[in-house]
Amino acid sequence: MSYRSPLGRARGLGSAKEGTHHFWVQRVTAVALIPLVLWFVYSIAQLPSGSYEAVRWWVHAPSVAVALVLFIACALYHSLLGVQVVIEDYIAADGTKIVALLLSKFAHAVAAVTGIFAVLKIALA
Amino acid sequence: MAQFTLPKNSTIDKAAGKTFKSPGAKKPRSFKIYRYDPDTGANPRVDTYEVDMAACGPMVLDALIKIKNEVDPTLTFRRSCREGICGSCAMNIDGTNTLACIKGCDEVSGDVAIYPLPHMPVIKDLVPDMTHFYAQLASIEPWLKTDTPAPTRERLQSEDDRAKIDGLYECILCACCSTSCPSYWWNSDRYLGPAILLQAYRWLIDSRDEATGERLDALEDPFKLYRCHTIMNCTKTCPKGLNPAKAIAETKKMMVERTV
Repeated sequence: MSYRSPLGRARGLGSAKEGTHHFWVQRVTAVALIPLVLWFVYSIAQLPSGSYEAVRWWVHAPSVAVALVLFIACALYHSLLGVQVVIEDYIAADGTKIVALLLSKFAHAVAAVTGIFAVLKIALA
Repeated sequence: MAQFTLPKNSTIDKAAGKTFKSPGAKKPRSFKIYRYDPDTGANPRVDTYEVDMAACGPMVLDALIKIKNEVDPTLTFRRSCREGICGSCAMNIDGTNTLACIKGCDEVSGDVAIYPLPHMPVIKDLVPDMTHFYAQLASIEPWLKTDTPAPTRERLQSEDDRAKIDGLYECILCACCSTSCPSYWWNSDRYLGPAILLQAYRWLIDSRDEATGERLDALEDPFKLYRCHTIMNCTKTCPKGLNPAKAIAETKKMMVERTV
């Protein structure tokens, strides 16, 4: 039972004065992903074979390595922002929400660093 | 987690539903109506009322009034203007939020299912508790704000500027849109919902208002505004044919406009 007034409840903690940056970056990465995804799918389809050597040779080219790093960074940043929204939407309990947000951020960071490191290792080898 | 299932005391007791027949009806039509009485402590049920459409007006509200007058005076619902301008009789009819007074019975095939607006606390039968919804409206301060001293005559507005309020001022705050929005279902404690955001935009775009920046400040919040994921249920369900989703999109554009 709470004796707080309805208006007090509706106002809550007030505005966080943020959210626009998140909204904007999600759209920027979405636009960047249009050519990157098209390029990625096209390039994979064009590979002569799916063998380890063929892929290694493909990644080794500097232009391909640069595009792959961009693709991995954009895709995972976009995914990070999207997953954050899903967690905020569906998990109301504060403790669980914070843990889920942390796990998501860590997992995305690990995936991004691992992916980019792998590309660089092949490209610079 | 967002609550996807109803609490035990809110699930519908299927066995408890009563049926009210209409013997000798020329054009019988069944109305399956959600019933909840807070005084009994019993779970909600769905009662079936047979109505003779040969002796009833064409709208769903006509049937509800006929049932209340002639069959079951305990049936509880809000209604006032009976012409789609007051917003009182907003309810879920045939799976869609709309106004009972402008929804024709002939627009529904088969039995007419009538439930209260979704995901709102139910006071009784088809009457939801709108307290939080109205408090959210008050929180956006839906009135003209100026620092310039009031003129001695009316505040002028060009025809073009006046036209910007079209499609916004017609909103009757029936809450059909907000209660059709999944984001509002899961996060209505913080998300303002389409109806209130349309009202907020109505003041953001008003050329006479001088508090645009202040209003945007108050709205810029991951929950108050940005829970809108352009699901579009609001626009689809609006019984007045308005477009809350567009008002929200325009608000987001204003937010971006002042940062980039």
